Amino acid sequence: MHRTGELYGQFETLEQQKESAALGMWVFLSTEVLFFGGLFMTYTLNRHYYPVAFGVGSNTLDLKLGGLNTVILILSSLTMAMSVWASHVGKRKQTAGFLVATLLLGTAFLGVKVIEYKQKFDHHLVPGYHFQIDYRVQHPAPKDDPKEIEAEKEELNKAFAKDPDLNAHAQLYFSLYFGMTGLHALHMIVGAGMLVWLIRQSMLGRFTPTYNTPVEMIGLYWHFVDIVWIYLFPLLYLIDRHR
Amino acid sequence: MSEHIVSPKVYIGIFLSLMVLTAATVAAAYVNLGAFNIVIALAIASLKATLVVLYFMHARYSPNRTHMVIIAAVFWLAIMLALTLSDYVTRDRDLAENAQVTGMLGS
Repeated sequence: MHRTGELYGQFETLEQQKESAALGMWVFLSTEVLFFGGLFMTYTLNRHYYPVAFGVGSNTLDLKLGGLNTVILILSSLTMAMSVWASHVGKRKQTAGFLVATLLLGTAFLGVKVIEYKQKFDHHLVPGYHFQIDYRVQHPAPKDDPKEIEAEKEELNKAFAKDPDLNAHAQLYFSLYFGMTGLHALHMIVGAGMLVWLIRQSMLGRFTPTYNTPVEMIGLYWHFVDIVWIYLFPLLYLIDRHR
Repeated sequence: MSEHIVSPKVYIGIFLSLMVLTAATVAAAYVNLGAFNIVIALAIASLKATLVVLYFMHARYSPNRTHMVIIAAVFWLAIMLALTLSDYVTRDRDLAENAQVTGMLGS
């Protein structure tokens, strides 16, 4: 047995039934706001105390990849919204098609994230025993642009002059970077799992103009994850680009 | 309120606005505005989040009960940020003085 959108006994109208589902989803999302909120709070305090280390850490991130991921994720929100629209007007094939597009874009986002994480491992920028903020300038790779390395060396020297404990404080930045983007990526992985289920259900023709609550609810979740990234992008990538 | 179907045109318009705002936030980050860099970054991010909530998440077409939950979420977050910061910010002076005495903080 699967749901077809029939009215349950505890509701008076279908409209009330749908609104209750949406209300429950928003209550869940409000707990998610506070779940991420704790990390944003920690970020705010540490950035306030160690502005130099946070600026240096932020400038090691690849703005092109971060910007690309922002575009990918907002585009995936568009395809998700389009899928909700398609299910409302009863276009079954388009509902499934837009869901597949959303899943592909979400996977692309995670793939770019893997490339970014790999760079941080290569440059010894993962908090722990081997963390070394100036590893890259001390051990430049043959393909690195010498001018870029020289500029980064100069930036690091200035930063060390301002904050002798830069290495320790930069680890705080990277702990938050991995913690916040990691929790965000985990939400994306959960969302991708739900999308797989949605795609199967939509291919079976379960969603009609009268019953499309799962598409709408998972859509709300997906857009929420997008909003988290909308804040993470400027806070992590754009701290200190102006010099 | 009967069910409201948002047209694809609205979604595409919102998507394009979000792209323009993303470009604006990157461009603004390259200009040195001192303390205002973070203010502008957060203002643009909040504007983008508002567009997503109102149109992609249909909050504009939702009943007031839903609005209440959204406002409550923002309000609780504001309580956490404001009360925690009011503690740290008022201690800041002591912390800075101690740091000068013991040389614990860098600058």
